[in-house]
Amino acid sequence: MSSVATASAASGSHWLLRKSSLQAMSVFLLVVAGSLLALAEDTRFVYMLVYVWFGLAYGMLLQYGRFCMASAVRDLFAVKVPRMAVGMMIAVALYALVAAVVTLAGFSTFHPNAMGWHIVIGAAIFGFGIVFTGGCASGSLYKAGEGNMNSMLVILAISFSQAIVVSASGWWDSLVPQSWIESAKAKEMPEELSVTEGWFDIFTAGHIWDLKGATTADMFDMAGTTAGVVWMNTMLTAILPVAIILVVLYVFYYRKGHLRRTGKAAPSLGDELAGMWAMFTSSKNTAIAGIGLGILAGLHMYVTGVLREHYDIFNFGELLVAMGYTNGLSIQDTVFDPGYWYITTQEAQWGGWIMQQLGINSMDSIFFGLDNGLPNPLLNAPGFMSIGIILGASVMALARREFKWKMPSWETAFFAIVGGTLMGIGARLAMGCNIGAFFATVTNGDPSGWVFLFGMVIGAYVGVKAFTWYMDWSDSRKTSECGL
Amino acid sequence: MAMTFNKIADHEWELNVCGYTCPHPQMYTKKALQKIESGDVLSLVFDNPSSGESIMAMCEAEGNDLFDRQDGGGSFTWKIRKA
Repeated sequence: MSSVATASAASGSHWLLRKSSLQAMSVFLLVVAGSLLALAEDTRFVYMLVYVWFGLAYGMLLQYGRFCMASAVRDLFAVKVPRMAVGMMIAVALYALVAAVVTLAGFSTFHPNAMGWHIVIGAAIFGFGIVFTGGCASGSLYKAGEGNMNSMLVILAISFSQAIVVSASGWWDSLVPQSWIESAKAKEMPEELSVTEGWFDIFTAGHIWDLKGATTADMFDMAGTTAGVVWMNTMLTAILPVAIILVVLYVFYYRKGHLRRTGKAAPSLGDELAGMWAMFTSSKNTAIAGIGLGILAGLHMYVTGVLREHYDIFNFGELLVAMGYTNGLSIQDTVFDPGYWYITTQEAQWGGWIMQQLGINSMDSIFFGLDNGLPNPLLNAPGFMSIGIILGASVMALARREFKWKMPSWETAFFAIVGGTLMGIGARLAMGCNIGAFFATVTNGDPSGWVFLFGMVIGAYVGVKAFTWYMDWSDSRKTSECGL
Repeated sequence: MAMTFNKIADHEWELNVCGYTCPHPQMYTKKALQKIESGDVLSLVFDNPSSGESIMAMCEAEGNDLFDRQDGGGSFTWKIRKA
């Protein structure tokens, strides 16, 4: 490629005095003011503010690197671009290395997911949905921060579809296997949870709880040992698969173009390694975001772990009770509080909380009533991480003069709502999205995340085929001679 | 809002995908580049920032020349000469 002439529609004033820069600073100061207000109310809100500020940093980096895991799988099949897949692997490697240090220091907040076919099925539905929404769960948040109202619709669809999936009950309850119902009954859960009503409750208590979740170190009886954390959880579960995937991406998606550009007909090993490096650095923004997100995600877990030790708590719900906030807690006095980067569960809580305010009881479900609670959104710590991502992306987009309000058309709104609904359903079946069920798992030694990625790739592949068919069909109906 | 693809001069085309989010812009760009002749110039107008990174990578991989970028106010106008 020849040198690129670039120009920005900048005014003559200093960048700090531009309207968009001032707006960026205003958003940032809004977060600072909100944080100070919370601390003035009670200093223990620092626990929640950790989520806010890590969310803000995630949002800034996601926008800076155009970092969206939907793009990682979708663009491979749709336009044969490995940029984001490479960025995602860089982030996984960095997060895994930091997570190892955090775990060895005794501050890990991670719990492995139950392994089973539900992950593949849920991830495939999720992967199909992300092709149509234009972003993964965190991608939709950062794009909403760029002013994209389509992405807001996606977030709404993810929120309500999850809330309905986990709490709805009806004729479909009779479709679940009898063995699940018997197993759920045998758990002897509190009456108010009515675990044999609502298919998701039966699925959770009668199936998921009977499955095993374990890190690779657990499987080899090396849990809690340095060798187990370093070699089994980090090197075998994260770094080795990342290295293999990067080689596959290079060979199938980057090598041919690179050799053509460099004129190497018979490349040496050094040429191939140089090609790999060129692939890593082909999008510097994405690579920088991958490094930053990987390190921050690990640090997030560390800071939360330190605060839990400081306050002598296991869950934010205990702190809320101590501060006098008892509404919306689960029957165990807990709320959703993963202690690391997570997206979909807090969005389900938003939807469930609104439904609860509308008189639709959702607290008789295991998901809300036993595990995650339905706290007021003003007291939802991970919820503030999601809001932080939106605001962080806004700050970055405004600072880079890329913020623009974009209203959906009927077509894009339809894709956002249907795709977002599929993402919500898929995320609940798989017990998480591309962040909670993939990014946070493989980096902490839980191989179930690779099963999630496998399912997501299958879903995205089918989604790209369906989307391409739709585009071709849509174009064929246009009468213009300049149709595509 | 609708995608428009027009011939604006001899060997010059304009693709406008403003209002669309991923993956529309990059997929329409791919289709437009497949349709035009080698040496033709495609003026691409879009407002979804994340599509830009993928389009740059597409140009690099295919050897197409992204020779002009006008960015600002959330909108992007890029000129690409097909290899």
